[in-house]
Amino acid sequence: MSSTAPNNDAKRYVVARKDEIAEGGRIIVKVEDREVGIYRLNGKFHAILNRCPHLNGPLCLGGVVSEVYSPMPGDIRGNPSKLFVTCPWHNWEFDVDTGQSYWSARGPRARLYPVEIEHGDEVTAELERGAVDRVPGPYKAEVVPVSLEADYVVLTMRAIPRS
Amino acid sequence: MESAVAYIGAKPRPSTWTGPIIDCDVHACVPSINALLKYQPPLWVETTRERAWKGPSTASIYPPNAETSVRSEWRPESGVAASDVSMLQKHILDVTRSEYAILNCYYAVESLRHPDWAAVLASSVNDWLIENWLEKDSRLRASIVIPGRDPLAAAREIDRVGSHPGFVQVLLPVRSERPYGHRYFWPMFEAMVRHDLVAGIHWGGQTDGAPSPTGWASWHAEEMAAETQVFASQMTSLILEGVFQKFPQLRVSMLEGGFTWLPTWGWNLNKKWKGLRREVPWVNRLPTEIIRDHIRFSAVPIDMGPPAHMRKIIEWLESDDMLMFATDYPHLHDDDMDDLLAVMPESMRTNVMSETARRWYRL
Repeated sequence: MSSTAPNNDAKRYVVARKDEIAEGGRIIVKVEDREVGIYRLNGKFHAILNRCPHLNGPLCLGGVVSEVYSPMPGDIRGNPSKLFVTCPWHNWEFDVDTGQSYWSARGPRARLYPVEIEHGDEVTAELERGAVDRVPGPYKAEVVPVSLEADYVVLTMRAIPRS
Repeated sequence: MESAVAYIGAKPRPSTWTGPIIDCDVHACVPSINALLKYQPPLWVETTRERAWKGPSTASIYPPNAETSVRSEWRPESGVAASDVSMLQKHILDVTRSEYAILNCYYAVESLRHPDWAAVLASSVNDWLIENWLEKDSRLRASIVIPGRDPLAAAREIDRVGSHPGFVQVLLPVRSERPYGHRYFWPMFEAMVRHDLVAGIHWGGQTDGAPSPTGWASWHAEEMAAETQVFASQMTSLILEGVFQKFPQLRVSMLEGGFTWLPTWGWNLNKKWKGLRREVPWVNRLPTEIIRDHIRFSAVPIDMGPPAHMRKIIEWLESDDMLMFATDYPHLHDDDMDDLLAVMPESMRTNVMSETARRWYRL
């Protein structure tokens, strides 16, 4: 996958085993002091910074909703294939694929990160080369253990300069 | 030479304004039910006489002897103020030299519960307006009076007289049986769009329900101050019910309801919409953008505050094409139009005094 090639200033992290996130589910991981929600929606993985671009609310603690639109009063339509996360503070909707807020293309966007699924042997090789880091899971102190047989969620994030 | 606009309030005094004037709200008052009977079928004339009915009363909205209802200089020695075109000419048209003035005749037709009689009554007011006002002075335009409890009958009345070139608006008293955005009223708005008429939401209304959203006021002063809430409720209803998506050509005027509340109400509405828009998904853009495209406000009466604050409110409107001058003849308001013009940018003054109304009413 070409998108797995990290930029010079980006780092990649193994954040979870694929089967730790159920369809429709979400976990929050902490990577380099940033909280990121990892979602599995309609079979696809999404990584969204847990900070609403509006007023820094905990975006990933809100809901996931499908698109509702209407060409005319009385004609309400839903589009289950287009999904949004909603901030628990003001209920703004952000497109999980683009980060754009529903109400304005010019408005603030949610921060998204590339996320891929890689097989354990690939991840192991990358770990040995130092191409990826492991981060602690959300509910346990230890780092994500990697086994050759499983699939893993790998997040790409621009590295935060260390002080 | 006397300035054409010596009175842009009602008292003669020098004005900064020397350009054209369009007065978007003057009143015609029915002098008595007898003036209308010649426009009604004999059955209803007889019904009126049988019951010795004196017609609807507007006294609770405009108490006849209150200074606020009729400015003392405009009070006739006998009879009803603003009940004849000659009074309007003498007191306003010939003084302000307005190019046009838009007549609103609030007759409380909606206070009559009889559905057939109310429709006849509304028709007779419109025919009276045509013969005694519109045909008497080419500067006049008018609002169609409707039976407000019956949207289908209202639509029929709009269709009956809507093509008359003198009618540019339909008068909707701000207090209605239910919010005007409800789908129940849509046949009425459809008729307005059919005839390219503005919906003029205006002070007044005597259907069921308290004059304030929170109940009956104890005092006339309280009622007057609280009516702003009803204007705001009607505007909110029209926007959130999707009336402007259903009728994209519809124009609405808010008359005699003030405007200083608009910016902050708009911020609130925008904020609620951003978070709760899923419930009303037809509202597909910011409410304040919808307001700018579809709603205008009469500039008078002005809830005038200190100039520095008024300047901010004008700025917060974020449009120089939002307000329309009115005298609201024969009601009494402060003569503070000059003060309002003084806090506006130059580019806005022409719009307020004439051009916004000219475009809005296709004059």
